[in-house]
Amino acid sequence: MAERPVLRVCALYPDLMNIYADRGNLLLLERRCAWRGLGFRLTGAGIGDAVDPDAHDLFYLGGGQDRDQVLCAHDLVEHKSAALHAAAARGAAILAVCGGYQLLGRSYELADQTIPGIGLLDLTTVRHEGPRLIGNVAIEVELPGLEGPRVLAGFENHAGRTELGARERPLGRVLRGHGNTGRSGAEGARRGHVVGTYLHGPLLPKNAWFADWLTATALGLDLPLDPLDDALEDAAHRSARRAAGV
Amino acid sequence: MRGGWKAGVARAAGAASRLAGRGGTSLPGKVALRLDPHAIRTLSSGLQRTAVISATNGKTTTAAMVAAILDRGSARLVTNSAGANMAGGIAAALLAGEGDTGLFEVDEFWLDRVVPELEPGALLLANLFRDQLDRYGELESIADRWAGVVARAAGTTLVLNADDPLVADLGRDRPDAVYFGVEDTAMAMPGLQHAADSTHCRRCGAPYVYDAVFLGHQGHYHCPTGDARRPAPAIAATEIVLDGVRGARFTLRTPEGDAPVALPLPGLYNVYNALAAAALARALGAPLADVAAGLQAVAAAFGRAETVRVGARDLSIMLVKNPAGANEVLRTLALEDGEHDLLAVLNDRVADGRDVSWVWDADFELLAGRVRRATCSGTRAAEMALRLKYAGVPAGRIAVEEDLAAALDRALGDAPDTRPAAPPAPLFALPTYTAMLALREELVRRGAAGSSFG
Repeated sequence: MAERPVLRVCALYPDLMNIYADRGNLLLLERRCAWRGLGFRLTGAGIGDAVDPDAHDLFYLGGGQDRDQVLCAHDLVEHKSAALHAAAARGAAILAVCGGYQLLGRSYELADQTIPGIGLLDLTTVRHEGPRLIGNVAIEVELPGLEGPRVLAGFENHAGRTELGARERPLGRVLRGHGNTGRSGAEGARRGHVVGTYLHGPLLPKNAWFADWLTATALGLDLPLDPLDDALEDAAHRSARRAAGV
Repeated sequence: MRGGWKAGVARAAGAASRLAGRGGTSLPGKVALRLDPHAIRTLSSGLQRTAVISATNGKTTTAAMVAAILDRGSARLVTNSAGANMAGGIAAALLAGEGDTGLFEVDEFWLDRVVPELEPGALLLANLFRDQLDRYGELESIADRWAGVVARAAGTTLVLNADDPLVADLGRDRPDAVYFGVEDTAMAMPGLQHAADSTHCRRCGAPYVYDAVFLGHQGHYHCPTGDARRPAPAIAATEIVLDGVRGARFTLRTPEGDAPVALPLPGLYNVYNALAAAALARALGAPLADVAAGLQAVAAAFGRAETVRVGARDLSIMLVKNPAGANEVLRTLALEDGEHDLLAVLNDRVADGRDVSWVWDADFELLAGRVRRATCSGTRAAEMALRLKYAGVPAGRIAVEEDLAAALDRALGDAPDTRPAAPPAPLFALPTYTAMLALREELVRRGAAGSSFG
């Protein structure tokens, strides 16, 4: 009998980078694994902790308050950057949301300082003097292993404007909402299994299908995964899309 | 009639608006502020004393408690008890009221505009929690605004929560600040809750060390570097006994002596509200006997642990609007034996916060295994239902009905079988702010609740 796969998740700074109910994302992954008979193991990595690039299938990095984000940015560069680059290179999945997304890029420029990023994605973020980009958002994405475009719905709330480098592709196309800059029509960034996005809400409860894509991608399983009764998940997805006007 | 011709015009506008059936709680205040940007200063100049209350959670209940205490003395209160707590609502209360003592709850974001106008004799700052990030922004930025308010209010007596590190730190340079807090470590939780904020020292960034956590990030804490420590509270609660959803008992400790208090409102969060109210009322000169008697006589504020009879069933309304507040309501519900019937109403209107992600930060897991039936309603009913499912409530016990009246019928009608002699178990409604207003309106329409708008 084949050994039961275990989704090994590393949550980065779960005590500091959790401002937009990031726990909900981890909860979706955990329960859906349990309902499918897959194992699930969650490890937290805080300030100063080393990360083993080979011990996890999926890394998660959420958003935080400004001060906490600065603390984590310096720690990320100093203690975790090499491990995350190595993990990405061997095909581990990485999901970074909001502040975490900004830290995967090259840097985040604030008025009085520049926060370093780990440069896993070719993007830079600048704090904008104008209003924060806040509201319900829906984007259209195309992902390997899934046929045709799909919709991700969520909520965004960010002061930073993120510009992608010439080689970097967005995660999706903005249908409603602001996205990376409020003007480009691009939202997030994806390179292989590394995904960054401004969509919280949290993202995975509103898009259970994307939680399944991440799980399958991280474990190297074929899609679709075993079906679950997703009546409430589908209703929540529709409700989030409707809130965004899609 | 105070305030001259401008106030008269503003009152007339409010009267016209009410005649037109458009509510108009704060409209006359808005008109007055348009005519005179310093209308609050002008209108409040005749008051002998003024107190201001702000906090993320418990403003309305705490103000009701202070009013119940001061009502036992000779004070004649001018107060915004309908909960309109931005500048317009405060100006409207000043226009409508006649009295000698001002008591105002103020939205945490409006404090820096309202306090310099009111120049209150006492300012109660009770707690700061993560709340509606799309509207209020980050907690630290509110704390910074409050620090500015405190710095410019040198003549005001500060009343602060010793157990909330972010709030207690506001009194660092104010040796005359009055602190309140919980002194019963039997109330401590096993650790910080998930939604805990401000767990790191505001001075140096080191994580606080907690000897006891009571509620969210409130507790007995100190910074390991030695630059911050919980102040000793002058007003404290000891020997606390939580009596389910019915109430709480504790000993109120003050410099003037101790008094037993049987609070008719439930949960540790209401013990904190009572301590805040006691400390503020004392700062305003209320004697201990009035404080204890007033706290025991307080009625539930609008939609805050308010119970009404609908047909044969009791319906208990417990406002939930952010993770910390929701956690306290859930903890209090979990004190009750047995399985509960819930009506959870999640709206995403502006006053609720458009972002409903906060329900994933609240510990609905406390109700896993404790729900007989959950009816989910509101503009984001499905998201509420999903949250309960992932908290461990079996999907077969969860119903989704967006329309509130239909959801209420469904939740009320589906009563558990009980012994004929026993009254049916109560239905617990957990609505967000606009959902609470809509639910109350529906109950008023059915003749089950009185209108607090008079």
